[in-house]
Amino acid sequence: MTDSTITDTTTTPTRFDADSLMSEPDSTGRFGEFGGRFVPETLVPACQELEAGFREAWADPAFRDDLDTILRDYAGRPSMLTECFRLSEHLGLRVFMKREDLNHTGSHKINNVLGQALLAKRMGKTRLVAETGAGQHGVATATAAALMGLECKVYMGAVDVDRQALNVFRMRLLGAEVEAVHSGSRTLKDAVNEAMRDWVATVGDSHYCLGSVMGPHPYPWMVRQFHRVIGDEAREQCRAATGADPDVVVACVGGGSNAIGIFAGFVDTDARLVGVEPAGGAAVRHGVPGVVHGMRSYLMQDEYGQVEEAVSISAGLDYPGVGPEHSWLSSIGRAEYPNVTDDEVVEAFQLLSRTEGIIPALESAHAIAWLSREGHTMQGQTVVVNLSGRGDKDVAQMMDVLGDRGDA
Amino acid sequence: MTGTSSDQSAGTSSVDQRIGRIETEFRAKRDAGHKLLVPYITGGYPGWQDAIRACAARGADAVEIGIPFSDPVMDGPVIQQASQAALDRGATPAAVLDEVPSLDVEIPLLVMTYYNLVHHDGHRRFAHRLVEAGVSGCILPDLPLEESEPWTRAADHEGVETVMLAAPTAPDDRLPRVAARARGFLYSVGVLGVTGERDQLAATATALAGRLKAITDVPVLVGVGVSNAAQAYEATRVADGVIQGASMMRRLIDHGPDAVGDYVAEVRAAIDRD
Ligand SMILES: Cc1ncc(COP(=O)(O)O)c(C=O)c1O
Repeated sequence: MTDSTITDTTTTPTRFDADSLMSEPDSTGRFGEFGGRFVPETLVPACQELEAGFREAWADPAFRDDLDTILRDYAGRPSMLTECFRLSEHLGLRVFMKREDLNHTGSHKINNVLGQALLAKRMGKTRLVAETGAGQHGVATATAAALMGLECKVYMGAVDVDRQALNVFRMRLLGAEVEAVHSGSRTLKDAVNEAMRDWVATVGDSHYCLGSVMGPHPYPWMVRQFHRVIGDEAREQCRAATGADPDVVVACVGGGSNAIGIFAGFVDTDARLVGVEPAGGAAVRHGVPGVVHGMRSYLMQDEYGQVEEAVSISAGLDYPGVGPEHSWLSSIGRAEYPNVTDDEVVEAFQLLSRTEGIIPALESAHAIAWLSREGHTMQGQTVVVNLSGRGDKDVAQMMDVLGDRGDA
Repeated sequence: MTGTSSDQSAGTSSVDQRIGRIETEFRAKRDAGHKLLVPYITGGYPGWQDAIRACAARGADAVEIGIPFSDPVMDGPVIQQASQAALDRGATPAAVLDEVPSLDVEIPLLVMTYYNLVHHDGHRRFAHRLVEAGVSGCILPDLPLEESEPWTRAADHEGVETVMLAAPTAPDDRLPRVAARARGFLYSVGVLGVTGERDQLAATATALAGRLKAITDVPVLVGVGVSNAAQAYEATRVADGVIQGASMMRRLIDHGPDAVGDYVAEVRAAIDRD
């Protein structure tokens, strides 16, 4: 099926994580039938160069040491695993939160960004380009750029610029240039398009710092590797706390990076893996395989193949596609992808705030919303929730949604 | 699905090696010293049919018809705007293709669109639709060589010529492989960047065209960033022809189909100069 002219890149000497269900994609960048590298010809050499650069770096103990060091001394890893006693009691479960909200910059996004920024420097790039939805990935990228002395340009849908004004200001404060994108649905998907257009024009000196496990090969795999620290830590922490692996692992899914990061630590255990999508962006549940943003994956599209707009209360999950490895995990039945409504999310946002004193990001509140709705079916089970980010960025928006009720 | 209407291919045993209409005409014209001009027009944009007729009447050698897509990553602001306007007016692949036969032009036509529309329809079905509409070639700018096989197999089978893009970033060992897969002509990407007008022809435009001319006999046309008649002249001193999109669409948007025709005549005159 594949043609003989396929590889410019060096063939793999080592296959990373060969004994895990989540090992490397195949030589075409596929997880099963999902993934690939559907980019304009101009970007093919850059993707090949990135793949080779990442492979070499990931196999190099010095690179891994450097990354571990900044993750520890700058980002604050390991993040805690907090047992949530009052929420547990409320739901009849034993709930642990993996506290990615406590990382520097307030979400899991920093794990990936520090990895990519280190790699970009190693590859001689001087500028980072990024897309952002909620602004968390943009803030993380601007932060890493400031830390490492790189230039930074962030594209953000005009709709998101409005609803995440605080993060826009943060990025500018950090020295990044933020450009509002007015094309298409003016949200995350269009920001990705614009970032790719930038990269097509600047590929010599710029690295595209993609913010989730999506895009052309090697991004879905590389970004997963940078986030697997979440799952690797959580598994050890859960074993230390309970003496066993959890029954259920839950995370929200936009592109799917925080979910894939925590799944990577548990995919080879018996834990049930649950990725929660917003009802208005349920790519796995309602999409069909399609090709956009460099990958073949489940995608919400109309009868002609035009990509549909996702609609969600959370800017970070407003994405009509999903990372290809999630499509694959779903297709083989290893992970499940239910969805929750905006109303359920608003409830969950308040629930966690009041029972645990933790204000979650609206994205992360999706995972809690699912748990709160379905908890009655798993009474007594141990659940690890990936709390991917903190809710500071969402407070202004929630003031509008809740009115005075927030103070009640 | 087995190409009942692809009568051009009847009796040809080695479909993959068959030279199609575009390549046949382009090679003959090139060999006769004629420079090739291929305007791009967004299908479904108001006046698109008349614009294509005007192109044909005023000296185009083929026309590239854009089928608008929601996420055109290789396009800059002008073509994005045209595509969005066409989509807003209800343009669909079928609606655009249905109108093609009534254009009634003598020159060959190509479709330029993004891969998801093909993938969604199904490779064989889409290729067949093109043939039925009388379209000879297809350009998919987000389908690189490594991912192209399912489409090119269907396209070859139906007799649709798949134009491949070659980019300035390609190392030398990649170009012959891209060229070998090109049918119709080889699209030499003129600039590091997306479609749109620029003040100057990028140095990369002639450099890449030169590299390609040295390794292939397939006609080489420069597109992306060829923005006016003078730049078209400059590009065709090295390349066999040019593709012009944003500069065409800006005229269609601002002034209508006649202005597109006038502009085609102007570029034609420029590239015909010695
Ligand atoms: C806190 C938080 N969680 C989750 C996401 C969604 O991304 P992903 O699905 O890649 O984890 C975002 C994106 O902005 C985010 O900010």
